[in-house]
Amino acid sequence: MTHDTSALMPAVRTEIKLAEENFLTDDFLRQLINVGEVDILIGVPTHNNAKTIGAIVQAIQGGILRWFPRERAVIINPDGGSRDGTPELVTGISIDDLRPVSNLHALRTLHCVSTLYGNGPSSAVALRTILAAAELLRAKACIVMSPESSHTEGDWVSKLLLPIRKDGFDLVTPTYRRHKFDGLLVTNLLYPMIRALYGLRIREPYMQEFGFSGGLAGEFLLQDVWNDGTNGRGIELRFALSAITGRQRICQSFLGQKDHVERHAADLVPALRETVGPLFSGLESTLRTWSNVTGSQPISTIGPDHEVLLNPVRVNRKRLKEMFSSGVAELAGVFQAILSPATLAELQRIAGLEEGNFCYPAELWVKTVYEFAASYQKSVISRDHIIQALAPLFRGRALTFLLENRNGTAEDVESNIEGLCLEFERLKPYLLQLWKSRE
Amino acid sequence: MREMIIGELSQALLELRMGFAHYLPRLIVMLILAFAGWAIAYAVKVVLRSILRLIQFDKLSENAGASQLLKNAALPSASEVLSRFLFWVVWLGFILLGVSVLGILGLQEQVAKFFFFLPRLFVAIFILFFGLLAASFFSRAALLAAVNANIPSPRVLSIAIRSIVIVFVLSIVFEELGLAEQTMLVAFGIAFGALMLGLAIAFGIGGKDLAQGFLEKKFVRSRKEENEDELSPL
Repeated sequence: MTHDTSALMPAVRTEIKLAEENFLTDDFLRQLINVGEVDILIGVPTHNNAKTIGAIVQAIQGGILRWFPRERAVIINPDGGSRDGTPELVTGISIDDLRPVSNLHALRTLHCVSTLYGNGPSSAVALRTILAAAELLRAKACIVMSPESSHTEGDWVSKLLLPIRKDGFDLVTPTYRRHKFDGLLVTNLLYPMIRALYGLRIREPYMQEFGFSGGLAGEFLLQDVWNDGTNGRGIELRFALSAITGRQRICQSFLGQKDHVERHAADLVPALRETVGPLFSGLESTLRTWSNVTGSQPISTIGPDHEVLLNPVRVNRKRLKEMFSSGVAELAGVFQAILSPATLAELQRIAGLEEGNFCYPAELWVKTVYEFAASYQKSVISRDHIIQALAPLFRGRALTFLLENRNGTAEDVESNIEGLCLEFERLKPYLLQLWKSRE
Repeated sequence: MREMIIGELSQALLELRMGFAHYLPRLIVMLILAFAGWAIAYAVKVVLRSILRLIQFDKLSENAGASQLLKNAALPSASEVLSRFLFWVVWLGFILLGVSVLGILGLQEQVAKFFFFLPRLFVAIFILFFGLLAASFFSRAALLAAVNANIPSPRVLSIAIRSIVIVFVLSIVFEELGLAEQTMLVAFGIAFGALMLGLAIAFGIGGKDLAQGFLEKKFVRSRKEENEDELSPL
């Protein structure tokens, strides 16, 4: 049976939709009913995180005891079928375990609810479960915490929740202390492009820890992003973009050190699919928003908007250069369908440079990304193939960033990133021109 | 004698007149059918061309690699070729319908064969087009995967996959058309063998993680050095 929900209040509409879609298990609903209404909700999606989850849940509980002892709080743990006992660890940690060491006392019961949503990890289903729980429990403020971080501190809870509870923000994005060569996809594409498109300087738009209001949760739940054939890929970025284009109140909060995660070459394409895919696909529906934006504005930031670690890391530059050059040569036919002849010719020229003289200039990189975005919109070839074809070019840009900042200080690195951001902003009319010419 | 000749002549003239009277309406019907067929075929061509342009069929054909084949053969665009082809099929159909109205025995059988063959021809063209599309898609997917995994000679792998799919598609097309079935049987056998080889290679690539895990245990130090190559993208 379906209802005409258009005339109802948004909250009621969301509840009816949740009831109709039936993606929450009966057992989970029963546990939520037992919890009742809450003020704050902490979502911790997991999948085989037994090594780290104990410390993270304890840090969260410590944060709640210290900063929100009077609030009604719940930890929601959507689990993607862990086989290492992660859910049992989450629900097994008692708040009483903290009292002897922290001398803190909770004035209310801290509930912890775990639910199995499937037999494999899916960030989209996990986030949807958290949002649905937030909606059903009428949570006023919520946060999502990454289950992998080994640096999670109790005060991260307050840093993400307080701007919502006290200052009325709808979305709190994180900023971190990171190595200057960590998160190159964020610093060389996501941050500058989102800044140029939507005019907001959000340092970490691909969020792994973030806070949001109950209202934003309800609005996002109603959006048609859950069954649009993308399998919810890059849902965190979509959530951030939805808040940006929905003109929600956004701020960023400095959390602390972010883990350096060891990556393999094979991780780049999934990372591009998770981030660049949703960014490009969102351009079509938000054309009216981003086409009218010029320049960019800083957003409210609690603490520094970035901190840079400078310790030396070993990177095989020769291999990066080889993968870029062979990619440009082998994928020439694919690039002909995506890039303009001038851009392709320039890429072929720099692919022939020696490693010592190699430079993938900011202007060429920005033009490359914009031409990829326009080709993605027109689906000149399979969209997934377009995203995959960006990987070797990104390696070339990463190599240039590496060479330019090899001996750079934190200020040098920041100045380099700022220069790239301004290039993205300067060339935005080029993207609009490409968009119009392809219509 | 004279009367006999006149009688025979009269008879022949009578038969000719009767035959002419018998065939003239059929001939007119045939001409009308041919003319109407031309008009209908032309209309079908125009409509089809518009539809194909509307759905950007040329781009699809370009992706499938069909446009390149047509360009090499100095033929017009795929949508133009397809609409012209349909024009001739429709018009030829009407002409043959007209010929069958004439009632010439041998021709009627050939006309029936032609109409029987038409659906198979369309199915064959359909299979060929989507087969080329699939070949293009899978070869590009293999090329991208190989480039991003830093596998040597990615283009060779891509061309091999493309060739296997095309041979497979052609064997189905010829089978559908009923042409050179024996040859196609052999070709299919070869293609199937090649496909198995492709699968063996794919299995090798798919199982590389297992091999990687094994080697990692054996040579931990070298694996660690490999990890130093990559920077965290996110």
